[in-house]
Amino acid sequence: MTKEDIKQVVLDIIADIAPDENLAAVKPEVRLRDQLSLDSMDFLDIVMELRKKHGIEVPEADYVQLASLDSCANYLLPKFLAKSGK
Amino acid sequence: MEARQMSTKPRIVITGLGLTAPNGNSLGEFRANLLAGKARIAVIDVRHMGRHPAGVCDFDATKWQKRKEIRNGTRVGSISIYCSREALGDSGLDWEKVDKSRVGVYLGITEHGNVETENEIHNISLFGNDTKYWTHHHNPRTVANNPAGEVTMNMGITGPHYTIGAACAAGNAGLIQAAQMLQLGEVDIAFAGGVSESIHTFGIFAGFKNQGALGAHEDPTKASRPFDKNRNGIVISEGGAIYVLERLDDALARGARIIAEIAGWCINSDATDAVLPNPERQTECVRIALKRAGMKPQDIQIVSTHATATALGDIQECTALRAVFADCPDTKINNTKSFIGHCMGAAGALELAGNLPSFDDGWVHPTINIDELDPECAMPGLVINQPVKVERVNTILNNSFGMLGINSALIVKKYGVA
Repeated sequence: MTKEDIKQVVLDIIADIAPDENLAAVKPEVRLRDQLSLDSMDFLDIVMELRKKHGIEVPEADYVQLASLDSCANYLLPKFLAKSGK
Repeated sequence: MEARQMSTKPRIVITGLGLTAPNGNSLGEFRANLLAGKARIAVIDVRHMGRHPAGVCDFDATKWQKRKEIRNGTRVGSISIYCSREALGDSGLDWEKVDKSRVGVYLGITEHGNVETENEIHNISLFGNDTKYWTHHHNPRTVANNPAGEVTMNMGITGPHYTIGAACAAGNAGLIQAAQMLQLGEVDIAFAGGVSESIHTFGIFAGFKNQGALGAHEDPTKASRPFDKNRNGIVISEGGAIYVLERLDDALARGARIIAEIAGWCINSDATDAVLPNPERQTECVRIALKRAGMKPQDIQIVSTHATATALGDIQECTALRAVFADCPDTKINNTKSFIGHCMGAAGALELAGNLPSFDDGWVHPTINIDELDPECAMPGLVINQPVKVERVNTILNNSFGMLGINSALIVKKYGVA
């Protein structure tokens, strides 16, 4: 599992919860909210889908870590690695 | 208090209509199928219950909603938005110029929230019933104003919105509420009618089945058979019919096409039984609506019945109608559930819609699927299996009744006819 894999995981979730968005040009360093039409309920959907599909928990205090694809990758990679035992 | 005639209050007219029914996504398609005798009932998988006949709508929700709206909202929200948008188009209103704070949304519902709650119970059952997997969308999806609220968000309406919970009398109740709010001057334009997503909740199916009131037939299009001797219960359907209502003066001022005028109505209560209808109260309901409209029974050309094909309910309504229309040989009586099943909260609104074109074409659609008329449901004016052409249709009385003994009768008339 790499940071690029994590970014794709998050993009796949966003593709499901925001199906009208064009994700081809999402810039990883830019806040998702600044380039996509996402609201607070959508971010809760991202948290829920990480929990349901990947068994990853994101405590409320850490929601800010999901701001961009880069920050998602940095924050989530250790959690995915711990989950996979690597 | 004695029912008062409505002539001193502002006159209310229908100037637009949008609908989705199991056999049509526009009034034209719906009407054509009613006159052609075409029922459309599918067989669907009902969670925990296997396959059952049900009326399924196939409108294109993406016509008026983004896919995210559809995902986050409810099925009945999509039905409501589709019908409202279509009604707006039909009304000819210049939406850009309409003051959205003066627009109200009043939608009748039989129930709301069963579908979404059952879905979440199923969802968390896949995760050991751990409620941390329960969606945060649950509350906005299940608040009772959901269908009307989704309409306001989609259309930018900032006036009042709410639903009217009235069991299966809800379609009429939504229209009546809108007419009252227009008469009070609370709003200038109302989107009103009834909507339902009930085919997506197994609880409704199970409840009717265990009540001995769930319809079945090897041919699903014959499963809904009001007044037939071998009827065996309700076919549950989804759908919606939403109207644009305005005060007559406003409609005339903008040169609107006037589809019909609301002439009179009544909502009353049986106060006797939760599920067994009371013909005495139904009779009262119809008589009060007639009085408020300033009409006699002989003035009604079409009675659109509520009958749902339950063993006793149909007989009760026929008893009530015989009491009122005994001396009305020219009054035609029909039933639309025989084509589309019971659209629950949408039923009354859809059934009225199916009859409205009679004002222009003079045809009365029948009640179909009668192989053997139940003698206890025999009425001289009942239009059986084939449409009939009549000299004129200027008035329609639309019955819609529901559980807990709620009765509604709504009378509309052709505009411009005394």
